[in-house]
Amino acid sequence: EAVEALPEEEFEPPVKTYPGEVAQVKLGEGTRKPVYLGGQKALYRFEEPQPNPPVVTFDVFDIPMPGLPRPIREHFSDVMEDPGDWARKAVKEYGANMVTIHLIGTGPKVMDKSPREAANDIEEVLQAVDVPLVIGGSGDPEKDPLVLEKAAEAAEGERCLLASANLDLDYRKVARAALDHNHAVLSWAITDVNMQKTLNRYLMKEGLSREDIVMDPTTCALGYGIEFSIDVITRTRLAALKGDADLQMPMSSGTTNAWGSREAWMKKDEWGPTDYRGPLWEIVTGLTMMLSGVDIFMMLHPTSVRLLREIGETFTR
Amino acid sequence: MQVTAMDVYRLLPKTNCGKCDESSCMAFATKLIEKELTLDDCPQLSGDERQKLEDLLAPAVREITFGPEKNQVVVGGDEVLYRFELTYYNPTALVVDLPDDLPSEEIRKRASDIMNLKFERTGEELTLDAIALRNKSGSPEKFAEAAGTLAELNFPVVLCTFDPEAMRAALEVLGDQRPLMYAATKDNLQEMADLSISYGCPLVLFSPGDLEEMKNLTRRLRAMGLTEIILDPGTFTGEGIGDTIDNFVMIRRLAVEERDEDFRFPIMGIPALSRLSGGDPVEDNIKEATVAATLMNRYADILILGGTDIWELMPILTLRQGLYTDPRKPQTVDPGIYEFGDVDENSPVILTTNFSLTYYTVEGDLKAGDVTAYLLVLDTEGRAVDVSLAGGQLTGTAVADLIKDSGIEDRVKDRVLIIPGLAAPASGEIEDDTGWKVLVGPRDSSGIPDYLEKLASE
Ligand code: B12
Ligand code: SF4
Repeated sequence: EAVEALPEEEFEPPVKTYPGEVAQVKLGEGTRKPVYLGGQKALYRFEEPQPNPPVVTFDVFDIPMPGLPRPIREHFSDVMEDPGDWARKAVKEYGANMVTIHLIGTGPKVMDKSPREAANDIEEVLQAVDVPLVIGGSGDPEKDPLVLEKAAEAAEGERCLLASANLDLDYRKVARAALDHNHAVLSWAITDVNMQKTLNRYLMKEGLSREDIVMDPTTCALGYGIEFSIDVITRTRLAALKGDADLQMPMSSGTTNAWGSREAWMKKDEWGPTDYRGPLWEIVTGLTMMLSGVDIFMMLHPTSVRLLREIGETFTR
Repeated sequence: MQVTAMDVYRLLPKTNCGKCDESSCMAFATKLIEKELTLDDCPQLSGDERQKLEDLLAPAVREITFGPEKNQVVVGGDEVLYRFELTYYNPTALVVDLPDDLPSEEIRKRASDIMNLKFERTGEELTLDAIALRNKSGSPEKFAEAAGTLAELNFPVVLCTFDPEAMRAALEVLGDQRPLMYAATKDNLQEMADLSISYGCPLVLFSPGDLEEMKNLTRRLRAMGLTEIILDPGTFTGEGIGDTIDNFVMIRRLAVEERDEDFRFPIMGIPALSRLSGGDPVEDNIKEATVAATLMNRYADILILGGTDIWELMPILTLRQGLYTDPRKPQTVDPGIYEFGDVDENSPVILTTNFSLTYYTVEGDLKAGDVTAYLLVLDTEGRAVDVSLAGGQLTGTAVADLIKDSGIEDRVKDRVLIIPGLAAPASGEIEDDTGWKVLVGPRDSSGIPDYLEKLASE
């Protein structure tokens, strides 16, 4: 009975104060409905309301992408010939906040489309939808800066995100294209906080500000090193809030990488249907990145996009 | 707040008697800190010293054990908020819900499905940890009967009921297997605490959405002498998930950063609550998996799930495997020659790296395809094929050294090496440095069996 009589103790929520904050990046201007990324002043919503819900951007390609897994192809097979139709479907039918147009066809070993042709594709997608765009290259370090330069020109005034600048290519050209035509830049480093800092510093030296940069610290998929990404992204966000001015930008995740995992795409009866397995693999990958601090997600499957968006909105509310 | 070897040394007898097989008390203190030895290894401790040392060495989150002697589950034990700071200890226990109102045949069948479920990844068998027997019937007799059925299996059980009568009835038959009791609430606190003490079983405290109340209830339990407690601050799903996360984070912060004695316990989450009754089973599975993944990323030490479909559990098991690997150790296998099938001097030789994920993926494909071959495993310090190519561990000279040191040249007649498709950029270099002929295989190792078959028929 003595136990009943213990005095009640007050509960103090463990709220911290943070010297630093994450810059807010605006994507979409002109004819686009704008979207805002970042802006956090604290790690958790019980410390400080979270300013912006996470954003999902739908992957669209400038070619019919033969390698896409069946559970994705079957949703888009009617529009894959035309990037504008593809983007329209992603927005109209699947409620995308944003669209990423990957200019894979410009790859010298793919179709070697010229930067001019790439710019036409961008114009077409801009016509088709009114959401902000991420513009991605083919991954070729020689050609990407040239392609992004023309694409940036074509999208003048629409404030897109150019993907990406990294240390293996002429990041100066990419930074200049963004500055000249008012776009933001995706700063991509491979799971290495120091590499990320270096690259961000170089980009800022070119004249970009924190409000013009989104970081991609690399998403290793669930089961394929996701713990490396968790650690790097967590460290990056903590450093930003502690005041490291070189890391105070919002972060992006190439969640689509999840589809490279054989658990997502491989047909195997004892693992159950890929129709559910694949999207869930993508969702859990994205969700884990979201909880580590990522603000914007590049994704492929309609179900994954919808669910991740829903969950993300409840986290910040 | 890290404890140092010096802090420990101060509380040891300081006689350097050597009965622990260490050269000195200081050496023993160092091994204790590194968790290589335990207090049991020093026979010279008085009760009082031992108690002080136990308190000092206890992890920020206390370790709680439940289940039968031979099949115990350990949860908790964490020291840090973020895994990169050290590592996480004791993987989240995954428990599956089983209602007590089923016929005992059905209970036995479902229990054996839960016990036998496994998913193999990177050489590890990923499995479920326990069964949550739920007093859905509301009847103490039924609950006890179902507990009796489970007692035959010697598998860890969580007994779920808020009714102390039902709990007592089940403990009567299962108590000696140390089930975890779920749960004490503010309404049944005393009765459940008494049962926990008299049966020696750990107890979950359920205080939904109110950490202030939880703190006061934990203090009462502790004052009654309970030490084995698990905290359930409520799993609110849908719109409530943000609150759930906040509560989990606050509890863990208070334990790790403030060593608040009332919160230094493992946390339980119940993703099964996200299932709507009569909802679409696929949608339910996906929702439940997302809640499980969310809470596992936010410190859950034990989770109760409703689903047993492998496609739902695979990502949860895989996330757990990743989160709980030790970031201080590379995940590797030993380099060298591995044999598959009845190899002879005409068998093909293929190359891969010693990153566990790479090795076991390749191994799985070779076995699934009944391949007969020598697999040469290159020491890339635990890096995948393209990573080690980019980082300079997979080079012509490294492969040449491997060929020489492994003695593969004495085992096969031909000098032909099949390399991964992703290693193609290094093929010329490997040919030059080894003098072997190099063939570039498919990009994904699942293509190796077909590739070898085609090669043999040519
Ligand atoms: C996780 C990861 C890392 C982790 C390392 C994880 C590890 N332990 O290896 C970290 C963060 C450390 C890392 C570092 C780097 N990385 Co990295 N990393 C990755 C990532 C995301 C996944 C790699 C992985 O785990 N794959 C899974 C395993 C199972 O695949 P695998 O070993 O290739 O095995 C498969 C096949 O090769 C094949 N196979 C295997 N053996 C055999 C044998 C035969 C005979 C056959 C036929 C087939 C076969 O089947 C297997 C199953 O599919 C990839 C991108 C990606 N998604 O692939 C980038 C990637 C590999 N990294 C890259 C780079 C550039 C680097 C760095 C150089 C970055 C830097 N500048 O510091 C460093 C290098 C570090 C070093 N070596 O010193 C680039 C490489 C680009 C290139 N091709 O040149 C990639 C492709 C990312 C990119 N798109 O740019 N990385
Ligand atoms: S047995 Fe105990 S007292 Fe003796 S040396 Fe070891 S730690 Fe010291």
